[in-house]
Amino acid sequence: MTSARFPLTEAIVVDAQAIARLRASPNVAGFLRRYAALTGLVALLAFNFAVTPNFTTWQTLNVNLTQVATIVIVSVGMTLVIATGGIDLSVGSLMAISGALAPLIFLSPFGRDHATMGIILAFVVPVAVAGLFGLFNGWFITRFRVQPIVATLVLFIAGRGIGQVITNGNLQAFKNPSFQFIGLGRIFGVPCQVLIMLALVAGAAWMLRRTLFGRQILAVGGNEKAARLAGIPVAPVKRWVYAISGLCAGIAGLVVVSINSSSDANLVGLGMELDAIAAVAVGGTPFTGGRATVVGSLLGALLIQLLRYTLLANGVPDAAALVVKGAIIAGAVWSQQRSAAS
Amino acid sequence: MSARLPTLSPAARLRISAWAAQQRVLIALFLLILFGALRYDHFLGAYNVLSVLRYNSMFALTGLGMCFVIITAGIDLSVGTTAALASVVSAMLSPLGLVPGLLGGLAAGVAVGTINGFMVTRMKILPFIATLSGELAASGTALLLAHNQSVSVSYDTDFTWLGQGDLIGFPVPAWIALVAYIYGSIILNFTSFGRNILAIGGNEEAARLMGLPVDRVKFLTYVQSSVFASLAGVILAAQFGAGQPAEGVGWELFSIAAVVVGGTLLMGGMGSVATTLAGVLLLGLIFNVLNFENGMGWISLSAYWQSVVRGVFLMVVVMAGPGTAKRIARPREAGAEIG
Repeated sequence: MTSARFPLTEAIVVDAQAIARLRASPNVAGFLRRYAALTGLVALLAFNFAVTPNFTTWQTLNVNLTQVATIVIVSVGMTLVIATGGIDLSVGSLMAISGALAPLIFLSPFGRDHATMGIILAFVVPVAVAGLFGLFNGWFITRFRVQPIVATLVLFIAGRGIGQVITNGNLQAFKNPSFQFIGLGRIFGVPCQVLIMLALVAGAAWMLRRTLFGRQILAVGGNEKAARLAGIPVAPVKRWVYAISGLCAGIAGLVVVSINSSSDANLVGLGMELDAIAAVAVGGTPFTGGRATVVGSLLGALLIQLLRYTLLANGVPDAAALVVKGAIIAGAVWSQQRSAAS
Repeated sequence: MSARLPTLSPAARLRISAWAAQQRVLIALFLLILFGALRYDHFLGAYNVLSVLRYNSMFALTGLGMCFVIITAGIDLSVGTTAALASVVSAMLSPLGLVPGLLGGLAAGVAVGTINGFMVTRMKILPFIATLSGELAASGTALLLAHNQSVSVSYDTDFTWLGQGDLIGFPVPAWIALVAYIYGSIILNFTSFGRNILAIGGNEEAARLMGLPVDRVKFLTYVQSSVFASLAGVILAAQFGAGQPAEGVGWELFSIAAVVVGGTLLMGGMGSVATTLAGVLLLGLIFNVLNFENGMGWISLSAYWQSVVRGVFLMVVVMAGPGTAKRIARPREAGAEIG
């Protein structure tokens, strides 16, 4: 326990200093820059309330939340990885593997004969496999001291290939209401994947703030050598973080294939790694590690999604929305860096 | 490695292990070619060699630009969509002729590179994020210009010669890549620009204190990377007869893989142009060998195996690579793990 006390105290001291700075100078511009994602989100909402027709409907909320859910689920794991100073490029490919495995299981003769068991396995096995691949990422990084960007590039390239090989590149179409509940079902009117997203965000945020493991993640990202000297098991912490990122990607893969009612290993999760990284960056988690905000990543993903929705709803073509998205990512990171430097 | 070379300084040890890694790439490439030549009848036949060169020249170009950026300890995620944008622009200008098409594509590259370089050097945004924004912007612009469709090139002019033509029995794209690599080799090894790039990648702060024009050099490196990527895009349009706004997805990570296989360290300060070419060819030949192996009839591996094999290959290269030595030599950089 003593090992964790040191970074904990340090973090508290740092936080206290930051709060003191904020109190000492009620700098509105500085506050807005620091919470760029939140500021942007509020501004966009205000704009939409005023301009976009039919914005204040449940349908709008549902559409935006269901579209953003998979990105947020992946971003939760990505935030933890980035908090350790790493990065995970393999998430999109792990989504493809998990999305390919689930239909294979419940469409297999065993899955047809034992429907309930088949569904349970179709949830558990793909997520577990994705988690194991994540654990492999962590093992590779810690055992061979490879840079995370290179190590996870391996599964970025090979992972989608594995998904294509096990399905032979075929599209698996299916209709299975009990499995697709994860993507199409509703609990008290709230889409199931939105609840999963909120649960994961809340769980990860609580873990980062309140648990030993969470503090260890931040300590490793803040100063790996100091963390090691303080007795923190750096390698196991990193391995688990990548495993969690894999688990999140596995869940996201299941959500995507059940929304689509089909699984295509060529397409599931394509480009997801960059979407998730963008959400984390806009949310205000610095890439140098040591600080992280899961709620920020949620806000970042929401901001990017709402921006796209706003542009589309007001007649701007999707391609132009891409350009604006690029500008928003650069602008958000730039403003946060300036507030961190000042 | 360190146990066997106890008298050398860490820097010298690192240099030796990096050199050894680069030799390994060349040996691996040689062995793969030897394997193919002995096993398959037409592997070294003119048709196969020329089509491998013609197709892989695009990746060779994006890999070359990426190599320079990575040596400065940066990264360029925008090469794929920059190529897509350039292919669209050059296809639109191809009715005017070869030169306008080529120049238009290159201008698109200069534009993206300028934006990337500005974000990295002026706004001080991490290269990873800055070029991610550049990637999205280039992709969006390409789709806007092309109205989400591929743009067919004009066959009335000689524009398609850039992708489909031959010069002295050798494909034009391969000539372009060859000239680019000779240029890159000279730049990196024999010019002050190249020395500055290596110095900045080795230790940016020290380079700045020595009075090197750090920002200007980094800026030019990003512009250069985008220009090579746009050249690849022009070849893409000329080769397949269409500017393709949605092409180029994943090219950036493939190029990074080729550079890594070529023995260049992502931490910067060290790298080689020639072995980057070897890395590109190695990854490209894996696909080629897989095709030949299927043709033999003994096994029947789907084309999907190629990415699995490529990934495993990258893993083996990284495991055998000099990364650990670098960590020992420069422990202070242990925290800075992403470009």
